[in-house]
Amino acid sequence: MAKKFSGLSQAISRSRTWIQAGATFLTNMHLPNFLKGQLYQGPGKKLCVPGLNCYSCPAASGACPIGAFQAVVGSSKFSFSYYVTGFLILLGVLLGRFICGFLCPFGWFQELLHKIPTKKFSTKKLKALTWLKYAILLLMVVLMPMLLVNDVGMGDPYFCKYLCPQGVLEGAIPLSLANTGIRSALGSLFAWKFTILLTVIVLSVLFYRPFCKWLCPLGAFYALLNKASLLQMKVDKGRCISCGKCARVCKMDVDVTKTPNHSECIRCGMCVNACPTNAVSFRCCFGQAENKLPAAKAPAGLTGKSAE
Amino acid sequence: MKHGKKAALQALLLAIGVTFLCLGALRGETATVLSKAIKLCLECVGIG
Repeated sequence: MAKKFSGLSQAISRSRTWIQAGATFLTNMHLPNFLKGQLYQGPGKKLCVPGLNCYSCPAASGACPIGAFQAVVGSSKFSFSYYVTGFLILLGVLLGRFICGFLCPFGWFQELLHKIPTKKFSTKKLKALTWLKYAILLLMVVLMPMLLVNDVGMGDPYFCKYLCPQGVLEGAIPLSLANTGIRSALGSLFAWKFTILLTVIVLSVLFYRPFCKWLCPLGAFYALLNKASLLQMKVDKGRCISCGKCARVCKMDVDVTKTPNHSECIRCGMCVNACPTNAVSFRCCFGQAENKLPAAKAPAGLTGKSAE
Repeated sequence: MKHGKKAALQALLLAIGVTFLCLGALRGETATVLSKAIKLCLECVGIG
């Protein structure tokens, strides 16, 4: 049976910033390591964290799933990672891109940057760029580490090495501040990645979550499972008055009334909070329960149109 | 997608996820993940 938690959905949506802060802390618990300039080396690092979080961050509690996948695939011992793939499928089927909306530190970082008061730009006309992250997932994360190997069968983590800005933000910068040896070793590769980080920072101020929309391979993987996940967005057609507020407030360019579980929806819950009739909610169940009640007619004041 | 088919797909994906996780752990992938994660990733921080 489908369970709809309207009040709980709103409570979760309104607590999102706190949940994001908590998730970022749990993903990076070992804060004293920032001062020591060293990494956590305990057994917790066998486990993958759900969001994009570099395991070279001094405070990192676990392993980055994207980095871990490339590490296993690029090793001479394995050509595919069942462990990391299984972890991602499990989390993706349970939560879908709720992980992006609530649990990913780099997603939260972009949102904090977007709060800087400047002119903001829409990404509605840039939807074609959203396909880029799938290409990055396939090429840089899966195929290149698997196929481009050296004489002993080892491949580089191409996404981590050439594209991921999180490694610079969480790893290179804090470690180079605390460790002169690391600082002196930084060269042209760091310069390239630092440029990428700066670009993402600037774009995040101007656009909402550009890395999540266009570049993140982890988001791409979870997006593939958004429609199949147990956690879903649900629109109660009996309560929906077609006012359009949910679509206007959505910064991922999704109309939840038309495509409730679109692959670009990060389940942030802004639509849940915006809906004047509490028609939008999270739901969690197997299968799909359809609400067959007809849509109610909107009172004039709520749609901006005169009543017939 | 109909209710029954979707539920079946979800159950199948969960089963695949759990199976892959256990298979990967059994064949020693966690040791590879750990050995990478506890050392400084030179590629990640831009040293190469």
